Amino acid sequence: MAELLLAAWVVARKDLVLEFRTRTAVLSAAVFTALVLTVFNFGRDPTAVPALLLAPSILWVTFTFAGMLGLNRAFQLELENAALEGLLVSPLSRVSLYWGKLLANLVFVAVVEAVGLPLFVLFFDVPLGRVLLPLIGVIALATVGFVTVGTLFSAMVARTRFAELMLPVLLLPFLIPPLVFAVLATARLLAARPLSESVAYLKLLAAYDIVFLVVATLLFRYTVDE
Amino acid sequence: MLLAEGLRHAFGRVVALDEVSFRLVPGQTLAIFGPNGAGKTTLLKVLAGLIRPQGGWAAVDGGARAIGWIDHQSHLYGHLTVRENLLFWATLYGVAAVERGPRADALLGRLGLSERAGQPVWSLSRGLVQRAAIARALVHDPAVLLLDEPFTGLDLAAAAELRALLAELRGGGRVLVLATHNVDEGVELATHVAFQRRGRFVELAPRGARAAGEIAQAYRRAMTDG
Repeated sequence: MAELLLAAWVVARKDLVLEFRTRTAVLSAAVFTALVLTVFNFGRDPTAVPALLLAPSILWVTFTFAGMLGLNRAFQLELENAALEGLLVSPLSRVSLYWGKLLANLVFVAVVEAVGLPLFVLFFDVPLGRVLLPLIGVIALATVGFVTVGTLFSAMVARTRFAELMLPVLLLPFLIPPLVFAVLATARLLAARPLSESVAYLKLLAAYDIVFLVVATLLFRYTVDE
Repeated sequence: MLLAEGLRHAFGRVVALDEVSFRLVPGQTLAIFGPNGAGKTTLLKVLAGLIRPQGGWAAVDGGARAIGWIDHQSHLYGHLTVRENLLFWATLYGVAAVERGPRADALLGRLGLSERAGQPVWSLSRGLVQRAAIARALVHDPAVLLLDEPFTGLDLAAAAELRALLAELRGGGRVLVLATHNVDEGVELATHVAFQRRGRFVELAPRGARAAGEIAQAYRRAMTDG
């Protein structure tokens, strides 16, 4: 197990170094996040619908589509100079490759969310003070589920034509459960409802994460092997 | 040692491997000549573990850690430096931490890349990238080297250098399998010669004392007969 994790870390560190050097995907995703939140902020009538009612959905739509920019990049960078083929010839286990990609994608999406959350608070004037920690918990659990499935599909579509189009089409149906749970939990937290009302959604998110982490780990090899 | 027994593989109706068998021991080099589409790359991919054959089996003493893979793709990351690339691949192949740096530096020196070690791969010329790719394939000191059209894109001087390096490696007791459509390339290195056509080895024999010209003539006959 330690060997699998160490190899996964080597892959993740390489991906993060590459992203740090180029900064293309993370900057695009951060700018995309800011733009979407700006459009939603100025593109609604505040007298018609209170911001608090719209805010949870807007937050998760923004995070989802911004995160997809990073997921698309995860295996695209392995296609340059056919590096993926080199990885598959090497003794690196498919499990380590998947976990490495997953870890790098989690860091990537977390950075985008770290940029997006303050902008969200700023634009929608949501009271985060007392609910910040539980909200971070919701974001973390939903992000793990989203990235777990997204990394698998990213590998599946990487070698297809129109990969960037295929990924959202294939991925979004699988994201409906965690997004619904995340939106409902976020809505309750932002409405200052008791934390106990959100616990069930947190449990569902955790269950989704565990199930899909196991399933994706088992299925990953079929997405990359010829 | 490298063993292949009754390998069969097809892509739809196109037969890529048809009952291919051979055995190589340390110090032997098999040069496989065949036209485009003969199945040479498929054979190397099967030997490397990239493709699971539909029939037969292949085995390499030492498994994936013992295989070095060189083709016309570099399998290098453009935004990592040459040295960073070598260290990354050395780590994946399980080279001990204390050996990685010295081994990478020795290879960079041997291949005339010491002054380019700190440059990102994207900034190198095609010839230098191919040298870096060779260093990548050798960084874990593989016992078996699989070479798929390794001379593609090299100028005359670089091709001669590569031939000299491969001769040196063969002398070091490695097994080499070289696939190319050009009989003039690599024939001097071969201890065994195979002609592949429509997936089948139409001839497999020790090179013996045959000159390159004789082998070229035999190849032309083999490709036109039947």
